[in-house]
Amino acid sequence: MTATEAKTDTIKPGMKVMTMLEAITDAMRTEMRNDDRVIVFGEDVGKKGGVFGATLGLQDEFGEQRCFDTPLSECGIIGAAVGMAVYGIRPIAEIQFLDFIYPAFDQIVSEAAKMRYRSGGEYTCPMVIRSPYGGGIRGGHYHSQSSEAYFCHTPGLKVVIPSTPADAKGLLIASIRDEDPVMFLEPKRIYRHGKGEVPLGEHVVPIGKGRIAREGTDVTILCYGAMVSVCEAAAEESAQHGRSVEVIDLRTLVPLDEEMVVASVQKTGRCVVVYEAPKTCGYGAELSAIVAERCIEHLEGPVVRVAGFDTPFPYTLEPLYLPDQKRVLAGIEKTFVW
Amino acid sequence: MSELLTIIDRDGKTQKGEDPNLPPEELKRLYRLMVHTRLLDERGLALQRQGRIGFYLQATGQEASHIGAAYALKDSDWLFPAYRQPGILQLRGVDLEKVISEWFGNDGDTSKGRQMPVHYSYREINFVSISSPIGTQLTHAAGAGMAAKFRGDDTVFMTFCGDGGTSSNDFHSGLNFAAVYKAPVVFVVENNGWAISVPQRSQTSSESMAIKAQAYGMPGIRVDGNDILAVYRVCKEAVDRARKGDGPTLVETVTYRMASHSSSDDAVRYRDAKEYEAWQKKDPIARFQLYLKHKKLWNAAFETEVIESGKAQITAAVIKAEARCNLPASSMFDDVYMNLTPQLKAQRQELMDLIAKGGVGAECGHFPL
Amino acid sequence: MSKTKKPAATTKAPPKVKARAKAATKPRGKQLAENSLPRPGFAAVGNPPSHTGGLVRVLDDEGCIEQGKDPNLAEDTLLFLYEQMVQVREFDRRMLMLQRQGRIGFYGPILGQEAATVGSTAAMEMRDWIFPALREGAAAMMRGLPLVEAINQLIGNGNDRCKGRQMPCHYTYKEGNYYGMSSVIGTQISHAVGAAMAAKIRGDDVVVLGYLGDGATSANDFHSGANFAAVFRSPCVLFCQNNQWAISVPCSKQSASETLAIKGKAYGIPSVRVDGNDILAVYVVTKAAVERARSGMGPTFIEAVTYRRLGHSSSDDPTKYRDEAEVKEWERKDPIDRFRRHLLRRELWDDAKETALKERIAKAVNDAIAAAEASGPPADETLITDVFAKVPENLKTQLTEVLALEGRRVNDGAFPL
Ligand SMILES: Cc1ncc(C[n+]2csc(CCOP(=O)(O)OP(=O)(O)O)c2C)c(N)n1
Ligand SMILES: Cc1ncc(C[n+]2csc(CCOP(=O)(O)OP(=O)(O)O)c2C)c(N)n1
Ligand SMILES: [Mg+2]
Ligand SMILES: [Mg+2]
Repeated sequence: MTATEAKTDTIKPGMKVMTMLEAITDAMRTEMRNDDRVIVFGEDVGKKGGVFGATLGLQDEFGEQRCFDTPLSECGIIGAAVGMAVYGIRPIAEIQFLDFIYPAFDQIVSEAAKMRYRSGGEYTCPMVIRSPYGGGIRGGHYHSQSSEAYFCHTPGLKVVIPSTPADAKGLLIASIRDEDPVMFLEPKRIYRHGKGEVPLGEHVVPIGKGRIAREGTDVTILCYGAMVSVCEAAAEESAQHGRSVEVIDLRTLVPLDEEMVVASVQKTGRCVVVYEAPKTCGYGAELSAIVAERCIEHLEGPVVRVAGFDTPFPYTLEPLYLPDQKRVLAGIEKTFVW
Repeated sequence: MSELLTIIDRDGKTQKGEDPNLPPEELKRLYRLMVHTRLLDERGLALQRQGRIGFYLQATGQEASHIGAAYALKDSDWLFPAYRQPGILQLRGVDLEKVISEWFGNDGDTSKGRQMPVHYSYREINFVSISSPIGTQLTHAAGAGMAAKFRGDDTVFMTFCGDGGTSSNDFHSGLNFAAVYKAPVVFVVENNGWAISVPQRSQTSSESMAIKAQAYGMPGIRVDGNDILAVYRVCKEAVDRARKGDGPTLVETVTYRMASHSSSDDAVRYRDAKEYEAWQKKDPIARFQLYLKHKKLWNAAFETEVIESGKAQITAAVIKAEARCNLPASSMFDDVYMNLTPQLKAQRQELMDLIAKGGVGAECGHFPL
Repeated sequence: MSKTKKPAATTKAPPKVKARAKAATKPRGKQLAENSLPRPGFAAVGNPPSHTGGLVRVLDDEGCIEQGKDPNLAEDTLLFLYEQMVQVREFDRRMLMLQRQGRIGFYGPILGQEAATVGSTAAMEMRDWIFPALREGAAAMMRGLPLVEAINQLIGNGNDRCKGRQMPCHYTYKEGNYYGMSSVIGTQISHAVGAAMAAKIRGDDVVVLGYLGDGATSANDFHSGANFAAVFRSPCVLFCQNNQWAISVPCSKQSASETLAIKGKAYGIPSVRVDGNDILAVYVVTKAAVERARSGMGPTFIEAVTYRRLGHSSSDDPTKYRDEAEVKEWERKDPIDRFRRHLLRRELWDDAKETALKERIAKAVNDAIAAAEASGPPADETLITDVFAKVPENLKTQLTEVLALEGRRVNDGAFPL
């Protein structure tokens, strides 16, 4: 796409079929054109365009000042991003894999997340930390984990996870424009799976609003990221057995669209929570608690979690580790027969 | 500080008085190890390209650097490796079938299929489990060194990282701790010029990797990493220092990553072909071969024997490894803790029940890196 | 290990740099308005000194300027530096007293380090940014943070800029480009470097000063911050207050390196080791580093050798772990006494001026304390504001629920550190 094409697109937005990965690149490109404060950096994001290719073409278009490689230090990447954000530019920091974010954990939870609060609002930290996460690429435990819960547990961070190409673009643009630090977690398994229509140019999906991916009346599935399509498939299969399943794609984990969740479960009376991360203390535990607190008199069965096992992420046995359609179906059944 | 210690020159001759004068049999053994390491790497990549294993990562061009370094250790000394030192496995005699089973992640893999290919762990040779996060082994080595010192034994610990690894948090803490506590550790930085697509100049502004040692108050030595005798000599001195109680040393081996970063990477996209060609002329195996020739330890027959025996051993091991069984699903729950927790037991039961009904298993894609 | 070069650069003639002359003629800000200082006869821009072994000094112990080193500062600058140091010390003394009387919860004194902080901050322009560590609150006050506001922060009252959310000594002062730090050691180093990278990307004529302690050189952020600063040639100065102690850990156990300054060199950053109790040396060294950064030459690392004469904080008792003789020795090297001797020698100062200054400061501090203590606590809503730009619904619910309860508890735990 050339710059002139994009301009016309901005005026009259059309649609284009893209993978999630392309949509993510498109979001960054769009915002970098819109706002010269936006810059992108991380390991291998320059010439190579990122190990997944999410930043392909950005250095060519915007130069080395605005899209550049860093030394191999996540701590430095996020620490510098905090300083930049405090100073007044809008960094998008890529962490190559979420599994490598821990050297920067301190910077994220102690610094970025608390900057606004601790300075009484004087200093703020509007920045986006993009990172591929989750399993499905044969990456063993250091290229597969889903550690969203750590970040959801930190007040001051927003946590956003798209599940479709269009949402990926719209949510990323919203994240870049947000005044708070956003963890933008990208389900790498579906980076190139299934294309979708994505609006060209401006496209914003607001943070904090869920999406009803499929309507239904008998049971609600709460899910996000790569699990959404797994749950949709399970819902489809369940429909053949006469169950009407509603699938909610949360899109934003913090702040959660609690009203959508509560309204759906109050309607269906049953709830399955699906996530890839280890079951214990995962984000699904929070969802289950909310449902228990706010929907108890509507519930007709137990709230069921379908999740990763409480083990480190395996290599060879990965296909068994990841929640799949069968396990989601079994979860749905548990809400009826208990 | 930035001078580069070399012993074998371009013509395979040694500088006067610098040759460590290893016995002929040992020299030939080292050569064999280098060649076999390269052959193993070639086979690993081929298996990956054929789709028989999921991932592979080569050390091509770095054989002298890591074999020379580890050769300076006693067998009782420990290694905290990164992921680009496969020659050490053969140096310490790990059964090839075990090594190749690790690539397949089958029941012959000591890590029980839990790690990506090339993340070995062999307790019997004091080779500590490799982890993907860059640099973490450096603090482990420092800690192990401190422990050995507290216990009063004379074990030395050698740990490796790349040029990229010098930017990691653990490089800083690992070297600082080792120096403050005078731990018996040798830190080997294999400076192969690249960290995936990031060249050395974007990694650091330091004159060299070796100069970084000054920041911690330990000696830092820069050695030609494609010269196995030079690497050996420098590391031997460092190991001896450590064993005597004189504390850690940083050794920078200047070498080159001849291959792409891994089977998922294509270095052509970001690297200049001229640079590659220049380094090809400095191939560590060719250089050592010249040296052996001068010493009349090498001839064509020897070469053929080394290559053929290597290939045969590898092929035999691949056949055996590939014939092994997959791991049982239940093994996923072992080794999280010493004993299964009640929760893990329940989860295991749940999975087994589902498997009994059939059809469980998510689809998985390819590794990008 | 490496041979340290003789600090030859100290005698170099001041180079002429056009770019900075322009910068210096347009000073902003209040106290530093007179800051169009003569160029110190010190480090050459573009030919940075690497004095990692020796110690740069301008004043000798008696307060005489060592031969050939006079930076020729204007008189009012000299007096400004002196008065600031005296004020910092008095403020410090009084705040520690307030803590002892239970009127504030915690305090981290800087006794002995006044020259290092005042001298380095004075070398910055007002548009430059400061990222402090634990002991540089004085920098905020030098830049115009009113004393009463500083004390509001120490009390954590309703007028505190941090809204009572941080421990004492964690000032924030945005108008003065003074950043509000966290307690986590070292994190501000990466922030300083990041801000400098941002300034460079934006093309702003801004230099960033990042402070750290000797202990912080062991932190992750020192490693990544220094590395990033060097790789991206960011316009910053990393200023390490080597006060010899990190709580109870002496510098010798913090690092085995010859000096701390040498650490900068390992990253390819020119580094200087300066007598941190010599305000003129601190000033000229920092000034040279700032000019270097401003002219696009990248970062400098400064190790200021000084001493923490009191406990780590109001909660610490240093007699448990260190020898009082060491403290006594450093008392003799007091930075204020040394500079006063210098001013007296030059007849810029006398006892009458000293008395008047002290009275003025005492009154200012007293007034500030009274005003600050008159403020009430922060409003209940401040518990939930500023977590995000907009208060999310769930937080509102959480607060409403708690406020509806009777008999809310008051925390009376004491801080151990
Ligand atoms: C903490 C961390 N960040 C990022 C990565 C992804 N990664 C894997 S290898 C690599 C480059 C390492 O370069 P270097 O240390 O020079 O070793 P080399 O590959 O050259 O042997 C990167 C960035 C990682 N494994 N760990
Ligand atoms: C990451 C971290 N670890 C430990 C502490 C507790 N702590 C507070 S101050 C301090 C010592 C800091 O020493 P130094 O950097 O020399 O600064 P100084 O107190 O001497 O000014 C420690 C260990 C902390 N605040 N942050
Ligand atoms: Mg490398
Ligand atoms: Mg200190």
